Amino acid sequence: MTRFVLGRIGFCTLIAVLLAFFTIPLLWLVTAPFTSDPSYEVKVPDFTWDNFQAVVEHPYALPSLYNSLVLSVGTAVLVVLLAALAAYALSRVRLPGRDALLYALLLLSSIITGTAAMVPLFQLAVELNLIDSHLGLILILTGGLLPAAIFMLKDFMDSTPKSYEESARVFGASPLQIVRHVVVPLVRPGLATIGVWALANVWGNFLMPYLLLSDVEKQPAAVITYTLYTEGGQANLSMLSTFGLLYSIPVVLMYLFVSKKYGFRFHGGIKR
Amino acid sequence: MAAIELRGLTKVYPGGVKALDSLDLDIPDGEFFALLGPSGCGKTTLLRTIAGLETATGGAVVIGERDVTGVQPGGRDVAMVFQDYALFPHMDVTDNIAYPLRIKKVAKGARREKAEEVGARLGLDHLMDRRPGQLSGGQQQRVALARVMATQAQAFLFDEPLSNLDARLRLEARTFLKKLQRELGVTTVFVTHDQAEALAMADRMAVMEAGHIRQIGTPVEVFQRPANTFVAGFIGSTPMNLLDGAVRGDTLEVAGCKVAVPIAAEGRLTDGEKIVYGVRPEYMAYSAGPAEGVLSGKVAIVENLGASHLVTLDVNDVLVQAVVPEGSEPAVGDDGHALPRRDRALVYRDGELV
Ligand SMILES: Nc1ncnc2c1ncn2[C@@H]1O[C@H](COP(=O)(O)OP(=O)(O)OP(=O)(O)O)[C@@H](O)[C@H]1O
Ligand SMILES: [Mg+2]
Repeated sequence: MTRFVLGRIGFCTLIAVLLAFFTIPLLWLVTAPFTSDPSYEVKVPDFTWDNFQAVVEHPYALPSLYNSLVLSVGTAVLVVLLAALAAYALSRVRLPGRDALLYALLLLSSIITGTAAMVPLFQLAVELNLIDSHLGLILILTGGLLPAAIFMLKDFMDSTPKSYEESARVFGASPLQIVRHVVVPLVRPGLATIGVWALANVWGNFLMPYLLLSDVEKQPAAVITYTLYTEGGQANLSMLSTFGLLYSIPVVLMYLFVSKKYGFRFHGGIKR
Repeated sequence: MAAIELRGLTKVYPGGVKALDSLDLDIPDGEFFALLGPSGCGKTTLLRTIAGLETATGGAVVIGERDVTGVQPGGRDVAMVFQDYALFPHMDVTDNIAYPLRIKKVAKGARREKAEEVGARLGLDHLMDRRPGQLSGGQQQRVALARVMATQAQAFLFDEPLSNLDARLRLEARTFLKKLQRELGVTTVFVTHDQAEALAMADRMAVMEAGHIRQIGTPVEVFQRPANTFVAGFIGSTPMNLLDGAVRGDTLEVAGCKVAVPIAAEGRLTDGEKIVYGVRPEYMAYSAGPAEGVLSGKVAIVENLGASHLVTLDVNDVLVQAVVPEGSEPAVGDDGHALPRRDRALVYRDGELV
């Protein structure tokens, strides 16, 4: 009996510690921006707007958020579009060695945007004149995310019945019409998932933009955060926390929006 | 409207399954044709090959005098109802019915109008704004029919459209479908594994087994004169009695009893040959007293069929079934005698009708 009680106590303590481990940084993130002179502790804020004022006046802070938006939306759109077409084809056409191809792609993708490929990617971008350009970065980021996106979407498409498409085919729909009218609406939740995943991925990506964009005016928020130091070389906590809050809000909003809008699937039409 | 013609149609699936083996079939314009057969005999494959969803390995499909063997499904001008209906779950009933017209680039107003018209004809008027998920099985089936009707195709292909309905709804839908086909006059191929459905609805029917057509004919022909023992055993709500026997002079010896040679086989048998004697339980006259040419035995089982009873006699260790009208059914263990109707009994030699 006592062993059981002790066990429960130990378990609850562990949970509490784990919870604190994750909540305290979040608490800090929402309180520090409203505190006049933030430190590393969580304090009751005095609700000042000075920190926000400072961020707004920073020459690169707000533009960098815009850059982040351009990069992540651009990549997400491209990833969803290309992955949808590729996944559909891979799911519906029997190719010899299809699964091997998919696994090879998946394996390679973790290398492409990984540290290992840093130097060759940089050289490639220089050769193609894609250095310091949003488009170039978007293309490279898309390349990195595509294999995993195709893999996930293919799974999604495999699980939607073929008879919807066959039915449309007998009515005379062309392959592109079938994709537009039937497949895309059916796998919309999957597309939304992939879109959000790509968006969040690019939003938080530091290495690639740091490597391929040298112009400060083009750099996204993830890179700009890295430059927020005081003249003394100390981390500028009031700037960092405020910018960090602004930086995280869009992602949170997006998750809420998408899960509200797509957090369901269509039912019916197929009798089981 | 168009006739459908299949010539030597063969389909071998990758992996070597021969689902259709050199089928020949002629379905005249406007006919309601049923394809009947046990599970896995190739009914769906045949329908899909006519629709063009499967490419034929050999042979030809001709629809309305046009060879469409190499034509894409959309170019064949046929419409298909799938076994699972395949209504688009993200479209409401109107959009579902209007979809074939959308593909044909009919203007939005015109196609809505057509959808409303077809929907109203099938009694769907109050459901036009619903999604398929909000409909009952019977309603979904009617939407699928409406969608096919809106195409104004040359031929309709139905893959077991009634199999998802419960028994009662099925009877209703059967009558409804037959009436609808009559009115539209569109050539229709209808797949089913329910022999009663095929008998009730079809103008003509084909019975399939393992990629082969075993008999083609009107329901009456197929029911009264099954061409082989496979069809004989497959057709009929109570299976036909198929009894091993032999020719003995001008009578037959079946299950240790002497029965008369059926009218249909008169003069076609040789003395001493082994045959299979076939007679439906419905074509047996049951009596408690013995008579000439009866199968006599002890009553083993009595099953209630509602307005009649199915009596199983043990005739020298061979089971023989007879249908007995209500009120005169025997008790288990009684002596019983069943007299086959000479004009309905059949004789099979090597599995084929004599
Ligand atoms: N895509 C496929 N690949 C390989 N073999 C197949 C394929 N589809 C069907 N078959 C095989 O072809 C044969 C005929 O199948 P089919 O689906 O036409 O039967 P069916 O008569 O429609 O049966 P059911 O009444 O169960 O629907 C079966 O042996 C089946 O296993
Ligand atoms: Mg089938």
